[in-house]
Amino acid sequence: MSVDLATCYESFSGLILRSLGRDLGDRVLPRGLEINVCDQVFLIASGLVWNVYFAALALFFGFFLATAVALGKASPSKWLRKPAEWFTFLFRGSPLFVQFFFVYEALVLLPRAGIEIGPITLETQWMTRAWAGALFVLFLNTSAYSAEIFYGALKSIPKGDIEAADAYGLTGWSKFRRVVWPTMLRLAWPSYTNEAIFLLHATTLVFFSAFPAWQQMGDALYYANYFASQTFNPFIAYPLVGFYFILLTLLVIGLFGLVNRRLNRHLPRKARAKFRFKPQYIR
Amino acid sequence: MFSFCTDPSTLPDWQWMACYLTTASHFALYRSVLVVLLLLALAAPLALGMGFLGALAVRSANRVLKGIGTVYVSMVRGVPDIIFFLFVPFAIDQGVEYARHRVLCPDWDQPVRQGNDFIVCPAAKMPLASDPAWMHDVWGFTLALIAFAVVFGAFAANTLNGAMNAVPKAQLETAEAYGMSQRQTFRRILMPQMWVYALPGLSNLWMILTKATPLLFLLGIQDVVFWARELGGQKTGHYAYTHPDWRVWYFLGVLAFYLTLTWGSQKFFDRLMLRLNRGQATAGGEALRKAAA
Repeated sequence: MSVDLATCYESFSGLILRSLGRDLGDRVLPRGLEINVCDQVFLIASGLVWNVYFAALALFFGFFLATAVALGKASPSKWLRKPAEWFTFLFRGSPLFVQFFFVYEALVLLPRAGIEIGPITLETQWMTRAWAGALFVLFLNTSAYSAEIFYGALKSIPKGDIEAADAYGLTGWSKFRRVVWPTMLRLAWPSYTNEAIFLLHATTLVFFSAFPAWQQMGDALYYANYFASQTFNPFIAYPLVGFYFILLTLLVIGLFGLVNRRLNRHLPRKARAKFRFKPQYIR
Repeated sequence: MFSFCTDPSTLPDWQWMACYLTTASHFALYRSVLVVLLLLALAAPLALGMGFLGALAVRSANRVLKGIGTVYVSMVRGVPDIIFFLFVPFAIDQGVEYARHRVLCPDWDQPVRQGNDFIVCPAAKMPLASDPAWMHDVWGFTLALIAFAVVFGAFAANTLNGAMNAVPKAQLETAEAYGMSQRQTFRRILMPQMWVYALPGLSNLWMILTKATPLLFLLGIQDVVFWARELGGQKTGHYAYTHPDWRVWYFLGVLAFYLTLTWGSQKFFDRLMLRLNRGQATAGGEALRKAAA
C-alpha cells in the first residue's frame, strides 16, 4: 500500500471537497483495491465539514432557544413552565438516534407536492434531506440539554447579585441583560462546553440514522465506515476519524475557553470558573 | 394468536388490530425489548468493573499503568462513542479470528490479508459457518456488549476516580495514623464512602447508557429500532395484514418506551440518593438531618 506523492496529490484534489457535491471532485468514490491511504485521509477530512456545519448551526440557534426554555422553566407562570418542562423531558429522556428516525419518518409523510397555503406552495422535499431535517433535530436536542444547564445556572445565581440589581433600580430587560444573563452564562459555561463537545460527537449519528446520504455526500464517519466496509480493514479509517475528532474537540475547548475568559474577565484569577478536560460527563 | 384471526381481511377494526399486534413478527419486536434490557443489565456491571479498574490504574503509583489508565479515561472525551461502537466489534472479530487462525491452522501458507479480503482458514471462523444461527446472534451480541463495556467503562472510570478524590482526605490520613496499610485504608475507609459521591455521576451515566442502546441497531442486532423499521414499512398485498407506511407510529412507540425507561430510572435514582445520603457528611445528608429535626 505504498503511495507516492503524485497519486497522493491526485487524491487530495479529487476528494477534499467531495463531501460538498460530486461535481466538486471525483464523481465516483474510490472502490475496493483502488483505495489507498491518501484517499482515506482526504475523503474523511472532507466529511468533517458536515460535522462542523451541523454542530455550529445547531449550537448557534440552540443557544437562543435554550435561553428561552430555561427562562420558561424558571418562570412562575404555569403556562410557560409546563411546556418548557415537557420540552426538556421529551428531548433529554429519549435517545437522539430514535429522534432522528421519528422526525425523518414524520417529514416523509408530508405531501410530496408541497403544502398549499393560499397562493403560496410550501415545498416539503428539502425538509427530508439531512442538511435541513437532521439539523432541525440536533437544534431541538441541544436546546433541551443546554436549557437544563442554563436553568441550573439560573437557579444558582447568587442572591446578592439580584438584590444589588434591584437596589440599582434595574428591572425587566435591563436587569436581565446586565445582571442575570451574564452571570447565568458564566456559571453555565463549563457545562455548556461539555454539551458542545457532546453535540459535536452526536453529529456523527446523522448519516447512520434515517437520513440518507445523497450522492454519497456524507460526514467523516460516513466515509470512514465506507472505507472500513470496502477494504474490510477497520484499523486505518476508524483511528483516522477518531484522530480528526480529537483535533476538533480540542478546537471546541479552545474556542469556548476564549469565551469563558471574556465572561470571567471581571473576576480575580483564582475565582474564575475553569473548564477541566475531565469534567463530570453530565448530559 | 386469537381464534378469530384466521382471515384478517374480513375482520372489524378492533379485532384486526388485536390480531395484527399479536403476529409472530410483533412478538419478535416485544422480545427485542428484552434484548435491550438484557444489554443494559449486562453492560452496566461490566462497565462499572472496567471503570473500577480504570480508576485504579489512573491512581496507580506505577507510571506505565497510570499512563494506560489516563489514555483510556481521556479517549472518550475526544472521540465520539459511535466510532468505538463501530470499531471495537469489527476489530475484536478480526483479532479473534486471526488468533484462532494462527493456532488452529499453523500450516496455512496464504497471507490473511489479500488485497481487500480478510481470509482465515475455515476452522478459525468465529463462529464456525456450520454453527447454528443462534450462535451467530450470541457472538454478535457479545461483541456489542464488549464495545459498550469499553466505552462506558472509560466514562465510569472518570466518575469513580472523581468520587475517590472526593472522600475527605482527613479520613484517609486518620486511617493511616491508626496504622492501617494502604490496602486497608482503601477497603475500609475509601470504598464504603465513595459511592455517595459517585452516585450522581453514575446515575447520569446509566441515562447515557440507556440512550445509547438503540445504537445496537448499527451493530446488526435486531433491536427495537430494527423491528420498528421492519414492521412499520408499507405492507402491500403480499402480506396478510396490509397497511400504509406506519413507521412514524412505530417510532413514536419506541420513543415512548425510552421515555418510560429514563423516567423510571430517574425516579429510582432519586430514591436511592435519598437513602445513601442518610447520615453522610454532605449537603444532602445535612438537609435530611435538618428536615427530621
